[in-house]
Amino acid sequence: METIGFIFICTGILFNLFGCIGLIRLPDVYNRLQSATKCVTLGTCSILAGVIFYYGFNDAGFKAIIAIPLLFFAATVAAHALVKGAYIFGVKLGDKSVKDDYKDVPKS
Amino acid sequence: MKYIAIFILSFIFWLFLTFSLDLSNIIIGVVASIITAFIFGRYFLKDVIPFLQPQRYFWLIVYLFIFTWECIKANFDVAYRVLHPAMPIKPGIVKVKLGLKTNIAKTILANSITMTPGTISVDIIGDEIYVHWIYVYSENPEEYSQRISGRFEKYIKKIFE
Repeated sequence: METIGFIFICTGILFNLFGCIGLIRLPDVYNRLQSATKCVTLGTCSILAGVIFYYGFNDAGFKAIIAIPLLFFAATVAAHALVKGAYIFGVKLGDKSVKDDYKDVPKS
Repeated sequence: MKYIAIFILSFIFWLFLTFSLDLSNIIIGVVASIITAFIFGRYFLKDVIPFLQPQRYFWLIVYLFIFTWECIKANFDVAYRVLHPAMPIKPGIVKVKLGLKTNIAKTILANSITMTPGTISVDIIGDEIYVHWIYVYSENPEEYSQRISGRFEKYIKKIFE
């Protein structure tokens, strides 16, 4: 059980690292958020799953189980709010962008 | 009635979160639950009939498996794009038509889109959702609607509508 937990925790740290590399390498705020939400959310969820396997179903395990759905909803809603906020604030899409359907829409 | 339901739910949630039965913990939990019920009571569900239909729970479980799989794929996708020396990205914001009616279904679909490969939902206006896509595969609206939301829409329709 402990070995499975360690494997999950190591995978999670690896994905968090990928997310951070993406945060530095990708060109604009929208693409950076892509890597920040996806890699970091699943990486952290993987760490929490590792905690569940490591401790079993006692208090730490239960807290980890509750934290996973909370993290999912919080990360997705935060990403959505950041993207929309950045767009309304006037941050331009990067040079590589090929399409922008949102440009002519009345923003609320 | 709504307020009492929210109070009970949030108190049970608090008990799981703290995982101890000290008197001080319970008092804090009761106070916090009362505040939560007072603020969010009016947003609670209007009717409970959908909660008593077992086929919805079945589809929810199926959906959770599909969602987890897509989520893992999303991570490998982003990791590949990030670590590739040439960074194969072609970002853009596209407009996708939704076939869903209720607000909760739209919210869940937007959240699912954010967690799937290369897409973040930017805004929902009416029944159209604007999605930032890290690699725009095609210019054809029907094709990218299928790629972005087609996988989830039928399950979400069965669960929430």
